[in-house]
Amino acid sequence: MPVTIRHRALLSPRSLKDALRLRHEEPDAMPLAGCTDIYVALNFGTLPARGFLNLWTLDALRGIDVLDGVVRIGALTTYTALIQSPIVARHLPMLVAASREVGGPQIQHRGTIGGNVANASPAGDTLPVLAVAQAVVELHSVRGLRLVPFTDFYTGYRTSAAAPDELIVALHVPTPQGRQWFRKVGTRAAQAISKIVIAGVGGRQPRIAFGSVAPTVVRLPQTERVLASGGTILEAQQQMQSEISPIDDVRSTAAYRRQVAANLLDEFWRATGPGSARAARGR
Amino acid sequence: MRFTLNGKRTRVDVHPLARLLDVLREELHLTGTKEGCGEGECGACTVLIDGHPVNACLVPAAHAEGAEVTTIEGLRAHPLQHAFVEHGGAQCGICTPGMILAAVALGPKPSRKAMQAGLAGNLCRCTGYSAIYRSIEKARPARKRKRR
Repeated sequence: MPVTIRHRALLSPRSLKDALRLRHEEPDAMPLAGCTDIYVALNFGTLPARGFLNLWTLDALRGIDVLDGVVRIGALTTYTALIQSPIVARHLPMLVAASREVGGPQIQHRGTIGGNVANASPAGDTLPVLAVAQAVVELHSVRGLRLVPFTDFYTGYRTSAAAPDELIVALHVPTPQGRQWFRKVGTRAAQAISKIVIAGVGGRQPRIAFGSVAPTVVRLPQTERVLASGGTILEAQQQMQSEISPIDDVRSTAAYRRQVAANLLDEFWRATGPGSARAARGR
Repeated sequence: MRFTLNGKRTRVDVHPLARLLDVLREELHLTGTKEGCGEGECGACTVLIDGHPVNACLVPAAHAEGAEVTTIEGLRAHPLQHAFVEHGGAQCGICTPGMILAAVALGPKPSRKAMQAGLAGNLCRCTGYSAIYRSIEKARPARKRKRR
């Protein structure tokens, strides 16, 4: 047995109710979903958690349905399930695009949207999508249910508004009005963490979110306002620079990220703005 | 831990957090599944769980409980194995078991595009991938293969 697991324990609840009770009793036990990130840290011996809470067997946390244009996605829904879902394809094509760019098939079969949210990496591929779609996080605890707007969910680098006894049970994602757009820029097409990632919803009131350019995923409300009020792309790009704060790290540099973010904003607006070919065709 | 391994009901006493990779190699002595990076990047440890390719280095034993696991040892004279040998799909061999299992999951006669997407999680440092794609293209059901 590798040294890394010898002194660690796994709690295995049989139901969501059971899981919430265990979460309340042992808040230090780290929730375990598809393990595609946690096991990387575990294998390297860099994970401090001594105990884990196994969520993988809780089918109540799986499933995708839609009600009044709001797509409810269970936290344990895998990227493969998102890619294959007719509901997601119809309402949230940008989420399909994002899911296709996570790792490779092996990761897509295990990794979950709830795990992506809980992991709270600023580079998480689905997070800009959830930010522009104005998603809501459904949190459960023994104290009850709480709904937190996704754009209020992260409080800083890898920290969130979730209480220690809460579990992410689902994401509620309203279907955006306007053309959806997603791009991820990484070292290669598959198996690469983003250098920069963007999701956008076009139209007269555009919504834009970036990942990997700040301590958390960020919406760009001021940049959106510049574009909505008919400002030029140059004005929007300048505004954008004040709303992002990229750093130099192992994957890229701040300067590269600022330049590429500006290029992506331009590309997004050409593809989805009022001047786009699609708009000109009278969409 | 109880699961179905290569079609056989199997029971093994392991820590629930043990990596499926270690359970297969160390406890069950099936060493066809290779460890490459240990972080889900290279796909050398690819096995099938309920028919889907996963990285065995990132799957705790508890998550294979009750599942059907297929390793390279579970393929018996599969057309893909012959095709990899005949068409240079295997060189050093470390990526080969994972490549073949990821290709098995694509079903018969996948398009080149499906191959590229389906093998995107498997790295090979020898072949440049072309020989692997060619091997998958040439793989034919055993009964149609010409006897040599």
